[in-house]
Amino acid sequence: MNQEKRRAEMIQFLVHEKKDTVGVATTDLKAGEAAQGLFMDDGDKIEIKTLMDIPLGHKIALNDHKPGDGVIKYGHDIGKVVAEIRKGEHVHIHNLKTRRW
Amino acid sequence: MTIPKFMAYRRENGRVGVRNHVIILPLDDLSNSACEAVANNIKGTMALPHAYGRLQFGEDLELFFRTLIGTGANPNVAAVVVIGIEPDWTDRVVRGIAETGKPVKGFSIERSGDINTIAMASRQALAYVQWATELQKEECSLDELYISVKCGESDTTSGLASNPTVGNAIDKLVEMNAVCSFGETSEITGAELICKSRGATPEIGEEFMKTWTAYNDFILKEKTDDLSGSQPTKGNIRGGLTTIEEKALGNLQKIGKKARYVGVLKPAEAPKGKGLWFMDTSSAAAEAVTLWAASGAVIHLFPTGQGNIIGNPIEPVIKLSANPLTCSTMSEHIDFDCSGILRGEMTLDQAGDLLLECIVRTANGRYTAAEGLGHREYVFTKLYRSA
Repeated sequence: MNQEKRRAEMIQFLVHEKKDTVGVATTDLKAGEAAQGLFMDDGDKIEIKTLMDIPLGHKIALNDHKPGDGVIKYGHDIGKVVAEIRKGEHVHIHNLKTRRW
Repeated sequence: MTIPKFMAYRRENGRVGVRNHVIILPLDDLSNSACEAVANNIKGTMALPHAYGRLQFGEDLELFFRTLIGTGANPNVAAVVVIGIEPDWTDRVVRGIAETGKPVKGFSIERSGDINTIAMASRQALAYVQWATELQKEECSLDELYISVKCGESDTTSGLASNPTVGNAIDKLVEMNAVCSFGETSEITGAELICKSRGATPEIGEEFMKTWTAYNDFILKEKTDDLSGSQPTKGNIRGGLTTIEEKALGNLQKIGKKARYVGVLKPAEAPKGKGLWFMDTSSAAAEAVTLWAASGAVIHLFPTGQGNIIGNPIEPVIKLSANPLTCSTMSEHIDFDCSGILRGEMTLDQAGDLLLECIVRTANGRYTAAEGLGHREYVFTKLYRSA
């Protein structure tokens, strides 16, 4: 099996729950690839075209988010969106802030 | 369920310890030097220098004594020499530790000076270490242990794999009827209602909420920004965690799916029975683990993402990580690599069983990575300024 094909079959990001709006990269993701994801609650697969490089452990958006929206992970709101996020983009401190402190 | 057995030390009060330390415990910052001299004179003893013990008052002083006495009372400690600048508070610590029935003696420096005190304390320390090294281990079982849990330098792999692995082990330990404790009050922010619902009764859940609200009010009062960089830490952010809510939901994976906590403890307070307990602690690793050791915990489970390297002088700290980069670049710090969970090579249930095996080996005497590397972070929690 060539390297490209093996990469295509590998799970590259995990999603905690079906209603989450972000997944977590379990390997470094490259912009423009069709990243393969897995929902941990029901085992369903998902594919997302990455719009930017996303390092291991960082979050990838599973759908579009507007400022003011919540980001859902573990089935719960983890903060408010402060800059537009497109499906396949990197979600981190530049576009997501705490609602608490 | 078969409960694993191992060889360890059953202390005078029936509690089980997995190490056999003879410690030289300073009452105060001024007495660190004498304690270090004694530990240097007498091999097999260990001094525990710290920064406090002078002019503290009120609840802060109570916490100070609870921490110091609790450290000496921990079942991993065989015998204690206490050295203080003056005899009164020195004696208070000695009496507190003596309630366990273990050997303990105090020395004070005023009207003797360092050199005479060191000579007298060294003779006592030698007698203790000769006595302690002759103690024999007995067969003990996993349900006799008190195990604490806290994560550090977490990242998203903590919430995905290493924290749920600890949670799986906690569910099994609580089912065996061991004593377990979790805390990190500030770091439950964002998951506090889930945590409240895990209380054994609504009243216990309410008690947790009171503790959490008090901590959160303190942060809201003192904060100058949104705490980004402090909580989550810069390391958390580098690892992909963005907000305290996200960190909290990952953190709480450590208490498993089934276990319910049976009570809320003050910092460094000993659990009053079997089962899972919540302890009010800060989320800083060295401070929190010191509080758990002082509450009597004998083994600590520490999942990490980016690689927090903490240890404790008397409570072995078992480190696990699911981050493949951390496991490869910092392998000497990691006792259990559970990154296979992320690759689908290992289930959480298998990982939980392997972690229990790691606990049993540690209880049998195997050094943790942090012990081998000499990590002995002993850091007191201070509630406010001294008088």
